[in-house]
Amino acid sequence: MQTQQTAPEPSLRERLVTALENQRVLGYVLMAPALLLILIFIAYPFVLGVWMSLTDKIVGTSGTFIGLGNYDKLFASDIFLTAAWNTVFFTTIATIFKAVLGMWLAVLLNRKFRFANITRATVLLPFIVPTVLSTLAWLWMFDATFSVFNWTLRWLWQMEIGIFGLVLKENWGFFRGPLWLGDPSLAMASVILVNVWRGLPFFAISFLAGLQTIPPDLYDAADIDGASGWKKFWHVTLPLIKPVAIVVIVFSIVVTFADFQLVYILTRGGPNNETHLLATLAYQLGMGSGNIGQGAAVALFMLPILAFVIIFQLWYLRREGVR
Amino acid sequence: MAQILLKNLRKTYDETEAVRGINLDIDHNEFVVLVGPSGCGKTTTLRMIAGLEEITGGEIFIGERLINNVPPRDRDIAMVFQNYALYPHMTVEQNMSFGLRLRKVAKAEIERRVKHAADILNIGELLERRPKQLSGGQRQRVAMGRAIVRNPEAFLFDEPLSNLDAKLRVQMRTEIKKIHQRVQTTVVYVTHDQVEAMTLADRIVVMNHGIIEQVGSPQEMYEAPKTRFVAGFIGSPAMNFVPCRIVERGAALGVRLSGDITLDLSAEQSKRYRGYLDKEMVFGIRPEHITERRQHTNENQLDFGCTVEVLEPMGIDTMVFMDIEGVEVTARAAPKAVSNPGETMMFTIDMNNTHLIDPKTDKVV
Ligand SMILES: Nc1ncnc2c1ncn2[C@@H]1O[C@H](COP(=O)(O)OP(=O)(O)OP(=O)(O)O)[C@@H](O)[C@H]1O
Ligand SMILES: [Mg+2]
Repeated sequence: MQTQQTAPEPSLRERLVTALENQRVLGYVLMAPALLLILIFIAYPFVLGVWMSLTDKIVGTSGTFIGLGNYDKLFASDIFLTAAWNTVFFTTIATIFKAVLGMWLAVLLNRKFRFANITRATVLLPFIVPTVLSTLAWLWMFDATFSVFNWTLRWLWQMEIGIFGLVLKENWGFFRGPLWLGDPSLAMASVILVNVWRGLPFFAISFLAGLQTIPPDLYDAADIDGASGWKKFWHVTLPLIKPVAIVVIVFSIVVTFADFQLVYILTRGGPNNETHLLATLAYQLGMGSGNIGQGAAVALFMLPILAFVIIFQLWYLRREGVR
Repeated sequence: MAQILLKNLRKTYDETEAVRGINLDIDHNEFVVLVGPSGCGKTTTLRMIAGLEEITGGEIFIGERLINNVPPRDRDIAMVFQNYALYPHMTVEQNMSFGLRLRKVAKAEIERRVKHAADILNIGELLERRPKQLSGGQRQRVAMGRAIVRNPEAFLFDEPLSNLDAKLRVQMRTEIKKIHQRVQTTVVYVTHDQVEAMTLADRIVVMNHGIIEQVGSPQEMYEAPKTRFVAGFIGSPAMNFVPCRIVERGAALGVRLSGDITLDLSAEQSKRYRGYLDKEMVFGIRPEHITERRQHTNENQLDFGCTVEVLEPMGIDTMVFMDIEGVEVTARAAPKAVSNPGETMMFTIDMNNTHLIDPKTDKVV
């Protein structure tokens, strides 16, 4: 090597290449585009949302900073407390149904039978159809006068078969079906029903994927160890599918908690705010009444709850990974 | 500790006939090994005994009981699977006790049995671990422990050693034999490794294409195979098969392997093979019965010369490959006595250990 000779000044290109060969530099360069997108499309709206929730902004004004004033007002308002309670109730009940029915469906689909693949694909349908469309279909089915539900009920009533007919006669009188979406106690049940219908495929297919990772040998071993069908489910299936189940359930809680389309199309929060959720309330306050500051505050109220749920999930996954 | 009786046992999957009529009588405390090439129906047979696979035809008795329609949990058998099938979410102790807990055995009794099995298997320190934290050999032991604690009528093993490395396999093989001597039970053991079969079995069952080719003690299988398949399957390295013709040699008969090599048969063999005179046959002899030229120890040993093709030293012996009429023949010679490839070497062949096979039936005659 001729060390005395001074190397020629490296060109810009050469210097760039050398820089990129440094892993630290290259790492940041590769991350930059994604980081930029996150900043523009997630961080900016989020920070803006937080800021707006701290102002008394109304559509058309720039709004002034009022600290936690919006939150104070919310906690004093009945409609907010109702919506918060509804959201918790809606999420809890819907998730329980989706998890239990989803597991049941997955176990059924996991059996070997003819047309298994077609059946599995069909189960996914509610998941594929755009929510707005399918929800409109449900809206039509729930219609008090013309819908298929009440038509069927009326038909049953006219046939006067069994207890069903008697119940109809006593409670709802002749020729009238229940107001599925108008009756305060039925509306929430109806909304939950549609949510369960829509969310079920996701649960079933995810659980099915989980079930298929369980080695069939374990069931053979359990058979020989003396486990009945139910015991096998309890002692083998459930513990082994738990990690998948937790992820799916947490994910579903997050999505269900922030559900908007369903309620907006079916009831718009009615009757008497019985089905108002935080998401629809936020929309109503912010967009409907133009009170953007308040709407943002309602929406942000969901944040700590969902953050907690997600942190729990991350913690759980990490713990499972260590084991 | 029971007899197991298979009567004309059959299993058909959609198109494949996996097991095509098996008859087998397994005795109390007997160690029976099912051996055969891949796909011959060993696992299927074992799973039918276990009750994990529906029976297409025939009958299975354990003890006096017909168990065709008895679910696995009521058959009182234990099974060790090829990949162990340990419950990943349970500790070793829970894995071993699971069957007992399901059967509502008293806690103290469970503890006693688990400890006893752990002592036998030397896994006392592993009881709190999960399967993931165990080595292959340790998992294997736990899987056996799960079977032992049950104290069943019979143990079923499906290739339990095939996932272990060569050294551990030999070690566990001995271990299994020891355990069987301590825990006297009926064992049905499936493997495709004939060495495992030879070393472990009281009786070997050689299967091929869903039927039993031959049943017998390891020694019988080695010395008196009844078919070409068994002759070729049992013993390592495998038996040589050379097409030959039975020819007249004075008063007696001879086996002509090639233009140069014709081997004389003894008077007794000549009488036995008389009916095959001038027929095309297959001559079978194990490599260990062709050695370098030695002092004859009986009058049925013959010498012949042949060109050495390849040498494969194995330490204690050297395998000598030669070519007879296009067929590769292996001899087993003392390392010091072999000639170099290309040279002619003299061999001694022990005609008492030869087998003559009729190529039309593949039966040893
Ligand atoms: N579930 C099944 N469906 C269809 N055919 C099967 C099934 N299980 C096994 N077979 C077929 O049955 C035959 C016997 O299979 P089996 O598993 O008993 O073989 P094996 O002797 O255990 O082989 P290996 O040594 O490879 O384990 C094979 O031809 C196999 O393809
Ligand atoms: Mg097998």
